[in-house]
Amino acid sequence: MQNTCAPSNGPSMESRPSAWDFKRLFQPKTVAVIGVSLKRERHPANVIFNKIHLRYPVDVFAVNPGGGDLFGQKVYTGIQDLPQPVDLAIIAVRAEYTLDTLKDCIDAGVGGATIISGGFAEIGRLDLQNQLADLARQNGFPFIGPNCLGIYVPGRIDTFFIPSERMVRPEPGKVALVSQSGGILVDQMTKFAEQGVGFSMGVSIGNKALVRELDLLEYLAADPDTGVIAFYIEGFARGEGRDFVQAARQCTKPVIVLKAGKTSEGMRAVSSHTASMAGDYAVFSAALAQHGIVEAANEIELVSFCEALSCYREAIDGRVGIISSSGGHGALAVDICSRRGLSIPAFNQQQQARIRADLSLSVQPIASLTNPIDLTGSATDGDFMAAAEHLSRLPELDCIVLLLLPYSPEITSDLGARLSRLCRRNNKALIAYVPHVERYRMLIEGFEFNGVPVSPSIKGAVLMVEAIKRSKPC
Amino acid sequence: MLKTEIKTVLEANRTRGWVSEPDAKRLLSAAGLAVPRFVAVTDPGQIEPAADDLGFPLAAKVVSTRIVHKSDVGGVCTGIGSTRELTAVFETFSRMDGFEAMLIEEMVSGLELIIGAKIDDQFGPVILLGVGGTGVEIYQDVSLRMAPLGPEDVDAMIKGLKAARLLSGYRGRQAVNRDELIRTLVCFSKFVMAAADMIESIDLNPVMCSAKKCVVADARIMLPPADVEIGGRT
Repeated sequence: MQNTCAPSNGPSMESRPSAWDFKRLFQPKTVAVIGVSLKRERHPANVIFNKIHLRYPVDVFAVNPGGGDLFGQKVYTGIQDLPQPVDLAIIAVRAEYTLDTLKDCIDAGVGGATIISGGFAEIGRLDLQNQLADLARQNGFPFIGPNCLGIYVPGRIDTFFIPSERMVRPEPGKVALVSQSGGILVDQMTKFAEQGVGFSMGVSIGNKALVRELDLLEYLAADPDTGVIAFYIEGFARGEGRDFVQAARQCTKPVIVLKAGKTSEGMRAVSSHTASMAGDYAVFSAALAQHGIVEAANEIELVSFCEALSCYREAIDGRVGIISSSGGHGALAVDICSRRGLSIPAFNQQQQARIRADLSLSVQPIASLTNPIDLTGSATDGDFMAAAEHLSRLPELDCIVLLLLPYSPEITSDLGARLSRLCRRNNKALIAYVPHVERYRMLIEGFEFNGVPVSPSIKGAVLMVEAIKRSKPC
Repeated sequence: MLKTEIKTVLEANRTRGWVSEPDAKRLLSAAGLAVPRFVAVTDPGQIEPAADDLGFPLAAKVVSTRIVHKSDVGGVCTGIGSTRELTAVFETFSRMDGFEAMLIEEMVSGLELIIGAKIDDQFGPVILLGVGGTGVEIYQDVSLRMAPLGPEDVDAMIKGLKAARLLSGYRGRQAVNRDELIRTLVCFSKFVMAAADMIESIDLNPVMCSAKKCVVADARIMLPPADVEIGGRT
């Protein structure tokens, strides 16, 4: 494995191997679901078995010591009885049986596991959880969990115990999300799907007894399918935060973190959720910023930041040019930009004159060409292209925010793709606001398919600019 | 400074839970930080020679095993102009809980900053820089950064303060000596890294910063609870 995110010389957890081999765990060809139920049809293990059996390109086997038949498929009595070696075991047996099950998996040469079962540190059974971790560590056997949903890789594997028809799946794409909470992961996936943000992988790590954020940061840094690495984190173990931020600093991919447990109330909630100790938030936040990790304040920012950074890897200073067909939108955007520490450089008379000369005859006398630019409701595709062409060549700007109101009669659905290609060609970051209504889908996709992020709100568009700015260490 | 030297001083202060001000200042001075010239007196007879040596005006502070926040109990007097005044202050201090000594110190002036350290459970040694003085908790204008610090880190910390403009000479006031401030924080960061497994937190407040220098006017080094072995944390 190419180790682009190796931790630097900080203190490190002694028992931590340099890197786990996650290949069979995350890219399995054969899967066993251990703990299916012949009595409860909607048992989580049955849901998992059924969806993998019907929807994923892997061989899947059901296991229950009682044997029998589930959804017309044979149930094997033990992992050692399966007809072929297994890459991934999904363990959903009761907590007291997990240790024996894990032993069986190791003996049978399984490549890794996700332990879905609950009943460990979150209810005070840290001892049981530690036994699992010790056994796995001694045998170099990676497992995710316990008390988690496990893994979702589009088109490859899904260990979530959520029926397929209830899940909202984002398109395959570049963003990987690692979450301590399974609920947050599923919810974010819904938001990613709504905003058209592509997803490379989601991992719910639950109690993170063995595999933790840092392990996955290292894996994802080298994963060719992943371009942006996002985390939902409640807290780190002693000294672990230091290792994590130092590894993230070395990583060439943008790293985004959403932190819970910022207030004392939040900290209480966290200690009852996955038995985690929340740290001092001010330190957490400062350590992230110092190492160029982009901190999202909430789940809305997380989606915006992921989308923006999956399009633009290079950090900017945040000198914004704004193009709109509505003075009001431009003014609102300026307000948000200044609150967020972004600058709006003014255009001088000469610059304005050059832009005006290229506008259509009907717009020329009425357009306002200071920054923000208001092309008015009469603007055509050509006017937007002319303004974007000039702005994308101005060295005093490093980003363009386009506030596009598709109601204007002169604007066509081709504009998204055309503007995106223009800004890509001139190497200037472009971020668009377009109302997310189904009838404007083609316009929106014109941007998105050409690598330009689109926000459904003005504020969201500005947040995206901020994210690209904040991926620079400060 | 050797880690073993730090450890010896910290061990000697273990029972009180924090390091006495004279000990803290000796440690910091050895680490390269500027502290005011001072003399610790335990007997009224020592006052006059000490004052003659240091020169008026002077500050006096109580050293006590029981008092960690001196100004809260009237344990700090500044601008003292005579031996008679010093002797009166000594009498008041000597009646205070846990009295050990009176610290007589030269007066320093400048912009009041706070420089601090905390050994964070998740992120290890962290350094703080902010607007100091008794109102530090009210203004809460601070920058935090993981140690160790290089000069460019200190620069970023200063830029992160709302009071950054005060430091560069606001409205006719002389600018703080930035090089000295940087040097002070870098030295402090080295000290914190060496002492990280033996301390809990440090307050240098106020640090008086002027156009010439940055002087640690007061220092408080808090030690881990008695059940944690010093040097045992990794």
